[in-house]
Amino acid sequence: MKRFARFWWDFVIGDDWSVAVGVALAIAAVAVLHHRHVAAWWLLPPAVLLLLYVSLRRAARHTAG
Amino acid sequence: MTTSAVFLVLSTFLASAVEVVETLTIVLAIGVTRGWRATLIGVVAALVALTAVVAALGPALTVIPIERVRLVVGALLLVFGLQWLRKAILRASGFKALHDEEAAYAEELEQARAAGHEQRAGLDWYAFTLCFKATLLEGLEVAFIVLTFGASQGSIPLAALGAGAAVVVTAGIGAAVRAPLARVPENTIKFVVGVMLTTFGIFWATEGAGAKWPGGDVSLLGVLAFVTLGSLGLVALLKRERLRVAVA
Repeated sequence: MKRFARFWWDFVIGDDWSVAVGVALAIAAVAVLHHRHVAAWWLLPPAVLLLLYVSLRRAARHTAG
Repeated sequence: MTTSAVFLVLSTFLASAVEVVETLTIVLAIGVTRGWRATLIGVVAALVALTAVVAALGPALTVIPIERVRLVVGALLLVFGLQWLRKAILRASGFKALHDEEAAYAEELEQARAAGHEQRAGLDWYAFTLCFKATLLEGLEVAFIVLTFGASQGSIPLAALGAGAAVVVTAGIGAAVRAPLARVPENTIKFVVGVMLTTFGIFWATEGAGAKWPGGDVSLLGVLAFVTLGSLGLVALLKRERLRVAVA
């Protein structure tokens, strides 16, 4: 069971869990804005790019260090 | 064909082609060193298992309302796509070694020659299990993409068509040349697939959360351009960072 869970964790989440958490928060923010009748279609693209940037910088520093 | 349908077929085709290239390297190495019977039976058994997974989960996913599917699938696809993109950017900028099919083939050949000969059910068990596992694991990524793309677009058969075409074309070329497909620009294709998975993930997760894209499906092109340019920018930024570290 533990190995099965581990497989799916690696398969979907991968090396950096903070990206998955960031994506979940960004989608939640879109839902909240939409619920308050604010246009929110623009939010996810820059949020995703920012998450990717932070994750890549962390990986690059780890590799270089 | 709509914009999203074209993207759907193209994405599943490219994602599948990359996975088939990697599987082909292992299958060729095992087939050449251990014989083809157990090798091909392993591949066919895994393909049957993968088809069963898609056939079982596909109809179940189409029963769920499309908005809910798009929210869950968009989020999953986004997280999954960002993994591909992250690795592809690290490779393109030199922070991660490029995938080398010729080196992988040489390594598989050596391991296959060194492995012992155990017969089970009349098969070379090493060849069977290795090819079964390799095809199943690489194929699971394809099955995941086919199911998520297909369910969100309401057309699992179209997504499966793209994947199936890639299997036929890539495996056909591999069978004809009988060598690992080292000339396929695998890392570039992985970058493109990462961009496409991320683009679809953003598009569907936004719609699933309730927001509407201005211009509908055509917005996909805008998101695609944004993700592509942003990713290329990140490659350039990391390359500069790498040079700076190397000089210091």
